[in-house]
Amino acid sequence: MIGTPVGLDQLHSALKGLAGVDEVGAASRAAMLGTRSIKASSKARAIDLAIAMVDLTTLEGMDTPGKVRALCAKAMRPDPGDPGTPAVAAVCIYGDLVATAREAVGDALHVAAVATAFPSGRASMAVKLLETEQAVAAGADEIDMVIDRGAFLAGDYVRVFEEISAVKNACGSARLKVILETGELKTLDNVRRASWLAMLAGADFIKTSTGKVTPAATPTVTLVMLEAVRDFALVHGRKVGVKAAGGIRTSKDAIKYLVLVNETVGNDWLNPDLFRFGASTLLNDLLLQRQRMLSGHYSGPNYVTID
Amino acid sequence: MTDEPSGFPYAPAPESTAIVNISSSYGIFIDGAFVEPADAPRFKTINPATEEVLSEVCQAGAPEVAAAVAAARRAHDEVWSAMSGAERGKYVYRLARLLQERARELAVLESMDNGKPIRESRDVDLPLAAAHFFYHAGWADKLDHAGLGRDPRSLGVAAQIIPWNFPLLMLAWKVAPALATGNTVVLKPAETTPLTALAFAELCQQADLPPGVVNIVTGDGRTGQLLAECEGVDKVAFTGSTEVGKQIQRSLAGTRRRLTLELGGKAANIIFDDAPLDEAVEGIVNGIYFNQGHVCCAGSRLLVQESIVEDLLVRLRRRLQTLRVGDPLDKNTDVGAINSAAQLERIVALAESGDAEGAQRWSAPCTLPDRGFWFPPTIFTSVSTAHRIAREEIFGPVLSVLTFRTPDEAVEKANNTPYGLSAGIWTEKGSRILWMASRLRAGVVWANTFNQFDPASPFGGYGESGFGREGGRAGLAAYLQEASS
Repeated sequence: MIGTPVGLDQLHSALKGLAGVDEVGAASRAAMLGTRSIKASSKARAIDLAIAMVDLTTLEGMDTPGKVRALCAKAMRPDPGDPGTPAVAAVCIYGDLVATAREAVGDALHVAAVATAFPSGRASMAVKLLETEQAVAAGADEIDMVIDRGAFLAGDYVRVFEEISAVKNACGSARLKVILETGELKTLDNVRRASWLAMLAGADFIKTSTGKVTPAATPTVTLVMLEAVRDFALVHGRKVGVKAAGGIRTSKDAIKYLVLVNETVGNDWLNPDLFRFGASTLLNDLLLQRQRMLSGHYSGPNYVTID
Repeated sequence: MTDEPSGFPYAPAPESTAIVNISSSYGIFIDGAFVEPADAPRFKTINPATEEVLSEVCQAGAPEVAAAVAAARRAHDEVWSAMSGAERGKYVYRLARLLQERARELAVLESMDNGKPIRESRDVDLPLAAAHFFYHAGWADKLDHAGLGRDPRSLGVAAQIIPWNFPLLMLAWKVAPALATGNTVVLKPAETTPLTALAFAELCQQADLPPGVVNIVTGDGRTGQLLAECEGVDKVAFTGSTEVGKQIQRSLAGTRRRLTLELGGKAANIIFDDAPLDEAVEGIVNGIYFNQGHVCCAGSRLLVQESIVEDLLVRLRRRLQTLRVGDPLDKNTDVGAINSAAQLERIVALAESGDAEGAQRWSAPCTLPDRGFWFPPTIFTSVSTAHRIAREEIFGPVLSVLTFRTPDEAVEKANNTPYGLSAGIWTEKGSRILWMASRLRAGVVWANTFNQFDPASPFGGYGESGFGREGGRAGLAAYLQEASS
């Protein structure tokens, strides 16, 4: 584990000094936790918790103001037939649609904007900072940035660190989620190092993926990131959130992630301030399961709204 | 787990017992049928998690044992050894498939009779038991290629005595290789866990296995002794305590009976400062709390490099607090019941010797059920190599933590035991794994993992951990006589 403070000249050796991750062991731990049987009252609670943790997302070239307004309506009232259904945590959109989203949700939800040349991160620092500043100015209170994976894989940890710090600075009071894009980092050792790098540079959340690269979030990668935030909090006294994004489509999967959170970092992280799901289709499956638990029978896709 | 109201408590998720059909009493299985010995005493088998009586079984005496051995002899000479390997293989495959088909039922039965968590009987014991039958079924018609010469011959009748920690899995380890190699068997399950073996007898009937190929006699150590010493037995295979193993070896001295012993252990699980720590913590937990520590190859001596011992213990204690101890049939239970009152007494006594000798005890906070036999997951620190808890096999969820400074010292301390069944090495440095593995005196050495089993991998010990191997090609040799070329 790395103590405070770390000088940038020591960053490389400090990150290399982190304990390694045994890939087989980590995968088998995640798989074992996937066998937990969550039933009845636990399941009902898990589903409501998962809904409240969703960053409802649309990140397409064909996004329009109309699409974003519809997404916002769904985010605020996921199930119009049941006002008891919790709202999601945030909507997550491209920067140019922030104003539209903010207007639609008012203060009811967080508005998260992807920034820093999402999803590839290939742009100059000036462009990345300007994009961040504009999104915040337009009303975003959360910024989902991507790290420069090229720099990370080239071993230029200082550059990645400086970029995250600068973006954090540009965020002002907006919370910064740092997307590691673990599908491109490939090894769990890299995931652990990138997690610590992002946290040391000021990340409020570390996030698995853009959703544009396969594999996106996996239980194993999320486990390693949860271990990182747990250890970071122990050393630095600051709790960093985790966002699992991409590829989580069913309630069953979401509940497995909540079990991972529960048994790795515990209660403190079981709230939307410290754990999120980045997802689009997951919400409807959660709603169907919620309806099923309340009514005792399954409905169908036409009993939840499509936006 | 400490579950605050705001937390995420898991609702009970009990596996149904409706699938299991337990008779109120069982006879013994001889020559393809259950027989009721006229005057054999009976004893009860209980569920160690509730102390509920599950059934009554026979204490087989000399006449029953002799009848079982005679049936096995007949079946060997007239049917089984004369059958082609391919034909024998079909039966063994059939048993493997039946184990899979009835896996859920057998897993529940195992958890009821033994006290182990259903997650473990479902995900470890049953799949591995079936895997042993599948693996050995494949060998049945390929024994020419086992490296034992052309057409190696079966030994004859194997007397097999198995322990209570993995009742059905140990049955599989014994029965599958014996049948595949053309031997017939008389098996005695442990007195506290006879039910899955008796269910297996039903499987043999279901598989149309020729009568006498598998015979099952129940009873305590006296029955075991009668069986081991019975004229007409060609081979004795025993898994259990070192003490009983020595008795058997003494009683077999001077006979032509072959013997393999798989006995106790006091395995070192060695953690270097460059270990993958989070996975090492999982490996430690899996090494000693798996199956309530009722594992002969359990990693009961934790050897930690002194420079990281504090950090590691913080992680380990935190992890132990998330272990879910309780109802073995709840699908979320990690640690179940101690198998018997006698075993619990032994664990308690050894733990008290740890206190008395000056080691520091820490147990995970957990609420234990009122009835049944329970012991919380426990760690002893400040343990020295002279303490009883560092030398004697506890066979319970109790970990003794010792430290070392250098790799040489780690090897020295790891080998400083009369046992030598297994060991674990945790380091990210590949060369050190090889260096250590070649110096550790243990039948199995795991690197960056623990308690992994595979039918293709031979298992067995050094020194007081026994001799002979089970599994793999080496395991076949224990049931075959090399062809005279």
